[in-house]
Amino acid sequence: MCSLEKRGNVWLLTLTGESQHRFNPDLIQSLLSNLSHLASQATASSVLITTANGGYFSTGFDLGWAGAAGTHSAFDRLSFMVDSLKPVAAALMSLPMPTIAAVNGHATAAGFLVAICHDYILMRSDHGVLYMPEVNLGLPMPDYFAAVMRSKIRSPTALRDVMLGGVKVKAAEAVKMGIVDSAHDSAEKTVEAAMRLGEEFAQKKWVGEVYAEIRKSLYPDACKVLGLTQKSIVSKI
Amino acid sequence: MCTLEKRGSLFVITLTSEDDEQHRLNPTLLSSLLNALSQLNSQVTAGTALVTVAHGKFFSNGFDFRWAQAASDQDGARHRLRHMSDSLRPVVAALLSLPIPTIAAVSGHAAAAGAILAMAHDYVLMRGDRGVIYMPEVDLGITLPDYFSAVARAKISSATAARDVLLRGVKIRAKEGMEIGIVHSAHDGAESTVEAAMRLGAELASRKRIGDAYAEIRKSLYPEVCAVLGLTTKSIVSKI
Repeated sequence: MCSLEKRGNVWLLTLTGESQHRFNPDLIQSLLSNLSHLASQATASSVLITTANGGYFSTGFDLGWAGAAGTHSAFDRLSFMVDSLKPVAAALMSLPMPTIAAVNGHATAAGFLVAICHDYILMRSDHGVLYMPEVNLGLPMPDYFAAVMRSKIRSPTALRDVMLGGVKVKAAEAVKMGIVDSAHDSAEKTVEAAMRLGEEFAQKKWVGEVYAEIRKSLYPDACKVLGLTQKSIVSKI
Repeated sequence: MCTLEKRGSLFVITLTSEDDEQHRLNPTLLSSLLNALSQLNSQVTAGTALVTVAHGKFFSNGFDFRWAQAASDQDGARHRLRHMSDSLRPVVAALLSLPIPTIAAVSGHAAAAGAILAMAHDYVLMRGDRGVIYMPEVDLGITLPDYFSAVARAKISSATAARDVLLRGVKIRAKEGMEIGIVHSAHDGAESTVEAAMRLGAELASRKRIGDAYAEIRKSLYPEVCAVLGLTTKSIVSKI
């Protein structure tokens, strides 16, 4: 499950426990309710940092849960999870505050997607990969997965390698590909660096609603697929 | 205000400083720019190019917030802001559909709408010793007109750099501008920047490219910007 706590100006959303933090309906629901709560609590100096305990950020949808229903229902369960995670991605892309993912270990499939829905990704370099395994597993890529990845990764070769090549990308390589902002020696150092970056953003006192609108204007294709619309001019002058 | 003159094979638009050394884009300057571009468009021949320059330490500091804030109330201020945003739109559209190469010589700060004006040119040359390109809207608490984001996305080479410019308001010096793809070359001072822009302009003009094809190819490079600006593409233009 996940927990939300406030440290100074920074809200820390943590996927708790030593598991792989697979997204089953319970965890997805927990993420969504925490993000809704956060959106309602946002002030001009709020920042979100998302991280996880242990050696995994998240390995994506809970295929074990999907398969436990028998082959016939597995597809329905997977579709259900795909549909349920979409509002989580939309909530992250429209959250009225800066968002940072502190990736403490493997972030694969939907886990990678949730990380890349944040404005910044910081990642540990001693352990863990970013990886979209769908091409290797023979699974279709949900439309909003592809739209978000295309919006965030603009180098055609990097995008091809991630989506069509199924490459496993470590932190240093991900920095070169423009996916990760900075690499750090350990999980602790990654979270510390994220906290420093978060405090720096908090000092800016950005207007949350404006911040969210500018973010949406950066990623129009992703927002369209996620059903997020742009508001007309918002100004504090 | 701005002036339009012909120097050899080049058209030169100059943002002059008698009214405002920051060249803030108020309705007067915006309509002066649009006039200059329409006039240019009517005189254009193959073998020419446009160089846009500005006097002083600013290329342009963006929309004229003083004019917006001089409105009687907040609604009036927003209305004026909207008016300036609507008036810059055809200027950007004109630059993107001009049938000759376009070069901005950025010899000082280019901020907000001023940065968009610069980026709407095919090539941005910038002085390296001072001056920044930046989008302060996130710090000012103002959202971006749709075509601002479209231009920035189209011209900035990576998603992280575009994020840093729009969502973090980072200030870009000439060298960083080259790294993120928005600046073609950096020069020692304002004069060298303008000289280099004139040389590049003369070189591009000497290729005598077919204007219609040049404009169509430019539009095909930036389809999202053109869609937002309502610019349509023409069917195949060929001299063969």
